[in-house]
Amino acid sequence: MGESIVVTSGKGGVGKSTTSVNIGTALALTGKKVCLVDTDIGLRNLDVLMGLENRIIYDLVDVIEKTCRIEQALIRDKRCEELYLLPAAQTKDKTAVSSNQLRWLVAELKEQFDYVIIDCPAGIENGFKNAVAGADQAIVVTIPENAAIRDADRVIGLLEKEEIAPPKLVINRMRKQMVRDGGMMDVDEVVAVLAIDLLGVVPDDEQVIRSGNLGEPISFDNKNLAAKAYRNIARRIQGEMVPLMALDKEQSVVMRMKRWLGFA
Amino acid sequence: MSMGKVMKPGVTIKGNKEGLLFILDDSRPFSYVLEELKHKLENTQAAQIWDGPDMKVTIKLGQRQITRTEELAVRELFSIRQNLIIHRFEADGMPYLRGAETDLATKAGTVRSGQVLVHSGNLLFLGDVNPGGTIQCTGSIYVLGSLRGLAHAGSHGDQNAVIVASTLRPTQLRIADVISRPPDKWDDSEVGMRFAYLADNQIIVEKISQLGQLRPELEWNENRRRLNL
Repeated sequence: MGESIVVTSGKGGVGKSTTSVNIGTALALTGKKVCLVDTDIGLRNLDVLMGLENRIIYDLVDVIEKTCRIEQALIRDKRCEELYLLPAAQTKDKTAVSSNQLRWLVAELKEQFDYVIIDCPAGIENGFKNAVAGADQAIVVTIPENAAIRDADRVIGLLEKEEIAPPKLVINRMRKQMVRDGGMMDVDEVVAVLAIDLLGVVPDDEQVIRSGNLGEPISFDNKNLAAKAYRNIARRIQGEMVPLMALDKEQSVVMRMKRWLGFA
Repeated sequence: MSMGKVMKPGVTIKGNKEGLLFILDDSRPFSYVLEELKHKLENTQAAQIWDGPDMKVTIKLGQRQITRTEELAVRELFSIRQNLIIHRFEADGMPYLRGAETDLATKAGTVRSGQVLVHSGNLLFLGDVNPGGTIQCTGSIYVLGSLRGLAHAGSHGDQNAVIVASTLRPTQLRIADVISRPPDKWDDSEVGMRFAYLADNQIIVEKISQLGQLRPELEWNENRRRLNL
């Protein structure tokens, strides 16, 4: 029996879907069997980010309405054998499903998969409640901006009322340079306000957007720093202790030499 | 007043090992008692009694509880006699202050955006109040943590309520029915614990060390001179 993890944020546009896809991919790359569930009915995105849009035949609403079996709606990823997607319906809206139906669906998926990653829609209305219904754990995604942190805080408060483990925090789109010149909150400040455990920090990187547009999650990239952050998150989800990595990309030549020679 | 009945005096003064006992009659209105107290303290004929060395005074209220305002009125009367130092107020078998104002409840956790913590009485809150979160009490609010959201003390009109926080960075403060918005930008040089109180219908923020001066009933050191009273 697997684990279900909902990825949520309250505010839109902070990178929930990107985070879901990349954590899912990173988990699958470690050999786990992973299913991504897109619960943003009417505004589906995960299929686009994964480049699987043209393979959709059945969707989540079809499964719930018993038009098809779960297996028929699952799409296997192009690159990774262990990764599957259950896409949302694009033609229906969020009233098409109920919390209990989602709970049933996630319970069924947990029988077959090690991890069920549920991508939650923005907001705190029914779509959020449905997405949270079947989850054992929650990941709250935020960016280091006041508005996003406010909404994340609200969502954490709402999650406290659910039968769910204490949520973990992912801080997305961190810009080291902006933190250094005082224009952006640093990790410690964000964690101080939200007062939950930090699962990972993902640096801001335009490569993430490029790869999303190409339908190839950044996590497949071995060299990219954001990809490394997602892989670290996947390792932490599996209980490994992984230290936070330094986000400074540009190191002085001297430092690099020293590190190379084993002095620093 | 019926004829022939001997009235108990409103204020009886006795001495004991500790100092002086002022026994205030609990059977007549407090305003009469205050009037008599004022008369006794101001009486110049008896002035030599009052001009001795420092003396601890215990105010005995009997079966009466008083409000903070009444307590302050008593303290003000005593302020003309510098050697008489009020040590404590006592009521028989109950707290001398009226209402639940003297109890302090303790709660812990985080008040997050969209959450409201409502409490009746005084509250010691161990944790943070985040922006968008609200803490509301009929008495005073003491936050051991960061107050970044909205705090409303004295929500049923108690103007003596105070708001204290380890880190006072609220989005808004309310005491009784007065609302105040802090400056848009906080002066980061302001470190240390602060508290907010109400004076002349305005909310004022002060260093924590001033609290004992402004709320003498909270001051632990009864020998401390008060200049304002």
